[in-house]
Parts: sequence; C-alpha cells; structure tokens
Amino acid sequence: MAVKIINDKCIGCGICVKNCPFDAIKMDGKLAVVQDNCTGCNVCAEGCPKDAIEKTSTTMTSKVDISLYHGVWVFAEQRQGKLQSVAIELLGEGRKLAAEIGTEVSAILLGDKVDDLVDELYEYGADNVYYSNDPQLSNYTADGYTAVIYRAILKYKPEIVLLGATHIGRDLGPSLAVKCNTGLTADCTKLEIDPEDKKLMQTRPAFGGNLMATIVCPGHRPQMSTVRPGVMTKSERAVGRKGKLIDLNAELKIKFKEGDIRQKVLEVVKSVTELVSLVDAEIIVSGGRGLGNAEGFELIKKLADKLGGTVGASRAAVDAGWIEHSHQVGQTGTTVKPKLYFAVGISGAIQHLAGMQNSDYIVAINKNENAPIFEVADYGIVGDLYKVIPEIISALDS
Amino acid sequence: MKIVVCAKQVPDTNEVKIDPVKGTLIRDGVPSILNPDDANALEAALAVKDANPDVTVSVVSMGPPQATSMLKECIAMGADDAYLLSARAFGGADTCATSTTIAAGINKVGGVDLIFAGRQAIDGDTAQVGPQVAQRLGLPFVTYVQKVRELKKGSVIVERQLEDGYEVIEVPTPCVLTAVKELNNPRYMSVGRIYYACDEAEIKIWNEVDVGLDPADCGLNASPTKVMRSFTPAPKGKGEMLTGTIPEVANAVVGKLREKFVIK
Repeated sequence: MAVKIINDKCIGCGICVKNCPFDAIKMDGKLAVVQDNCTGCNVCAEGCPKDAIEKTSTTMTSKVDISLYHGVWVFAEQRQGKLQSVAIELLGEGRKLAAEIGTEVSAILLGDKVDDLVDELYEYGADNVYYSNDPQLSNYTADGYTAVIYRAILKYKPEIVLLGATHIGRDLGPSLAVKCNTGLTADCTKLEIDPEDKKLMQTRPAFGGNLMATIVCPGHRPQMSTVRPGVMTKSERAVGRKGKLIDLNAELKIKFKEGDIRQKVLEVVKSVTELVSLVDAEIIVSGGRGLGNAEGFELIKKLADKLGGTVGASRAAVDAGWIEHSHQVGQTGTTVKPKLYFAVGISGAIQHLAGMQNSDYIVAINKNENAPIFEVADYGIVGDLYKVIPEIISALDS
Repeated sequence: MKIVVCAKQVPDTNEVKIDPVKGTLIRDGVPSILNPDDANALEAALAVKDANPDVTVSVVSMGPPQATSMLKECIAMGADDAYLLSARAFGGADTCATSTTIAAGINKVGGVDLIFAGRQAIDGDTAQVGPQVAQRLGLPFVTYVQKVRELKKGSVIVERQLEDGYEVIEVPTPCVLTAVKELNNPRYMSVGRIYYACDEAEIKIWNEVDVGLDPADCGLNASPTKVMRSFTPAPKGKGEMLTGTIPEVANAVVGKLREKFVIK
C-alpha cells in the first residue's frame, strides 16, 4: 500500500516532496499529501526529519503457496541452433543464486533438433536441462514458447526464472508472467538473494538510468527477471560435465494444432550490415557528439583497428545519423563490460554511463574538462580528439 | 475498422537530472511528454486511417488526471477520441496490474480490430505492458514492430526487429503490435486539430467501476512486484587526469594501459 502521512507530525517542510522518486507527494498548504502513483518505496519515510511518514509493509497477501517452488531456471535462448551468450551468462549467475539458496540450476531449452546444445548447457553449469524438441519450436514464437514453458512451470514449479533481456526474452517474459500470474522485473543489472528469507532481490535502472530500484516479488512464484546481456559473468565451461535431461515432449505431451501458434514466421532476415558484437568485445572505442561529423568515425575505426577493438557510439552520434544504431552503447543501446573502453568526444549522459561504467578500464577524451564522463574514467585526457587520437595511434606503434 | 492505441504520459528523461547534493531526482521544470514509442504507435494507426477514412482511432491511457493534456495532443495529431483510466485504485500498479486495467479499458471501448502500443515507455523501459495487455485480452501479439508490410482481411504481415536482423511475421487480427521508432516518423499536430482538441474534444475519464474491475484487481493491490528500495547509482570513482603536451598524454595513457596488461 501507499505510505501514510501522520498529519499531526507533518510540519510541511516539503522534504518528502523533493525526495520522492516518483513525484507522488504534493503539498496541500502545510501538509504533505500522498498521490495515487505512490509505489510504497518508502524513500520519503527514510528522509522525513519528523518521522511523520508511516512506512508501508512490503508483504502482500499471498494466494500462492511459495514453499512448493524450488530451483533456479534459466531460459536457454538459441537462434538457428546457436546458444546465445546471454544464456551462458545467466547460467553463471543462476549457479551463484542457486548456491546461495541451496538449490539446483536448470536450463529450459526449446528448439528443433538442438540436441547438441543440451551437452553444452551441462558443461556451462546446468544441473538439469528441460528440453522440448519440436519442428514447430524451430523459430521463437510468443505463442509456441509461452505454451511449453508455462506448462513446464506449472508442473515443475521453479522459484526463479531468468531470461535474457533480448528482443526474444523481452517478448516471452511478459507473456509468461501474465500466464503464471506473477511479477516480472525487466532488464535487471544485479540479482541478489536476501540472506534472511532467500527471496530474490532484483535491481534495475529506471528513468533512463537516473535511478536504480530494487524490486522483490514476495507473494507470487516464480520470481521472474529479464537480465541485460553483457552484465553477468559467464560461467566457466567444464568439458564433459553431465546433468539430467527432462524430456518435455514425453512429460507434457504438447501437440500443437493449426492455429495454436498464431505468429507465423514467414522469413528470418539476418542484417546485411556487418554484425556489431559489442557485448563480446574486449576493447571498445566509442565516438560521440564531439566528433562533429560522420567522418570522425573513420578516426575512431582507425584506433579501434589498431587495438583490435570494436566501434561503439553514443546516442547523440546515432541520432545525428553518423553511425548505425547497432553501434549504440547505453541505456537504449547495448550494455557493455569490456576490458577497455575509450570514450571519445562523449560527454557522458547518465544513459550512456549506465551502459558502460562497468568496463574494467575507461579512458575518456573530451575537450570539456567538466564533462561527466571524467567522473567514471580511469584516465582522462582534456584536449582536441583530432590531435590526441593520432598521437595515441603513433604511441601504440612505438 | 477500429484501432486502439495505448499511450503513456512520461517525464522527458533526457531532462531528468540528479541533485548532486541530495542524490534525488530533480523534477522541477521537467516537461511531460507523449512517450516516444507511443507516438510511433499512434502514427502507425493514423497511417491506416489515412488510407481508409472509415477507420476510427481511439487512444487509451492510464495515469493521473493531468495525462489528459497528452491525450489532447494525440487528438491534435489525428486520433478520433481518447480515454483516460484514472482512479486512486489504479495507483502504484506494476506492469502486471497495469495490463489488467488497460485491457479492461480496451474491452470497454469494444469491437477493436487492431491495437498498437509503443514498445516501451522511457520512464520504466520495461516493454512489458504491451504483450501483457495482449495476453490478458487473449490476443496474439508481435513486439518490436519496425514495419507494417501488409494489412489484410483477417491478418497483418509485419517485420519484427531483432538484434541481428528481423523476422517477417504474419499474425491474425485482432492483435497487439508494439512499435519501435524505426516504424515511422510521427506527424506533427495540425493547427485545426489543436483548436479542436482544446475547445471541443472531450477526454473521457474512467475509474475502476466504469471498466468493471474490482479494486482488489487494480493498482498496488494487484501488483506482485514491490519496490523494496530505490537509490541513485553511485558513480565509479573518479580516476586520474593526465596532463602535459598531447604527445606526453598519449604516451602516458598507452604506457599505463600496457603496464596493466590491458593492451599489448
């Protein structure tokens, strides 16, 4: 429920109005009034100098017996028979969470003749693989994948289900969550287990990365999250590691009839332009508005090639039409975590920082010494990028 | 033919700044706007109407009473009518509860042939409400629609954007399609429509009773997820500023990165 203002104690200082992340408190004369959009986050209560705000309890009456749910599931996203990196990252994270809870981690794999991925999933740490092999599941469809995974969740009752926040995971996750009548937290960047009650604490950015929120799903199961690709650490591959196979075809006996899968995939078109794999890149050289024009990216590419890196870009450079969106790093682009990140002519809007600040090393080059990018940079250089970059290239040659 | 567009009024997050002292969001003077992806959704619906004047386009939103100004903008762009789901009972909703309310609103509009929504709103970036509304209505959906190829009788063929290309998907109507910005360029409001929107157009406001919902199924009561805490992200510690002539700093940065074996 919403927080409550204790009217006798409120002195009308307005601190809560300023503290509220959701703009949900207004002043009525000398009294704070909670608005309809209060989310019960309790930030105001913590900041009230007069203890005039009653916190909400975060527990919600439960209709589900949550003690019946066990195990961590990871959606093993595959495209054209290739396991996606995010699935391996989720297995790494899933193992960590499962260890803290004291349970097992399982992968759920759907596809057409992707048997070889089962072994790959064991080797990346899955204790169990729930596998549905069906020609109708060859390509991802919302209806086909929702039907199978929903039935599997009903039968096996996992306590946590993790999906990659890809265009597929962000389609499947919401659909499954409504079917299961449970919550889903989108685009998580951090997952933790509450040491007391073993519930999943899911942290995600909101307001374009200006605010982080930790979200729980106390009374419903499974607890579901989509997780940004590139954020979690991949599990190590242990060649020869084995697990247990659960054949969902035999267990669930799902037979798709004409019309069950309403999305008919007529064609899958791979991008004709060079595939930009920012997520897997160890070194990224990104350019921003400070380049001044599209030609500036030739210099960026030169440095990237020299370092064996990949070209990235800020939203400003993409919006200016200097480079394709697939190069964009940040909140609305790709989240990256390379060994080395060069931010060239990028001022460092919070949306950009949200997508790259976990890089191991950050080098920023900007002519404005007050640019926010310097706040996150390991090494900062104030100067004209068109002079600095050629010097760095020649320093690399020496 | 009847098309519903789902829209949300959002703060312009590009304008949202953090108070460096208090560490909270500064909202003073931050404009509220029609969510960008929703503008693409509305444009997609209006494009269908351009080709066939018999089409009516209704906009449905959930939000506080001030969201009517955003709905008037939608009418000024060319929507026929607009409905705002607004009540105390809807407050504090997560995406799960929001989808129930919006689905009830769409049912109340009734007889809908096609629903467009934005892929995601810039305040929450969840991309969940569109597909969840579809699931609640029992309708098929396609998210990340970057192109509407063909609107046929009984189905629609669209391109769904993927990270590494796109898929061509045929889906029966009625259905829910969520729009990405590549779908189109939203039109501007016209002067005539602005006058109409301000002077004549009426935004209908519905509460939970109007759309036949029990308060227990709305808002915070019906939200499985809870915000446990919120905080401003801590910036990574500030590093070292390199000074000197340009060749000096260039050599310094390369030297430091080599020292740490980051580069060869």
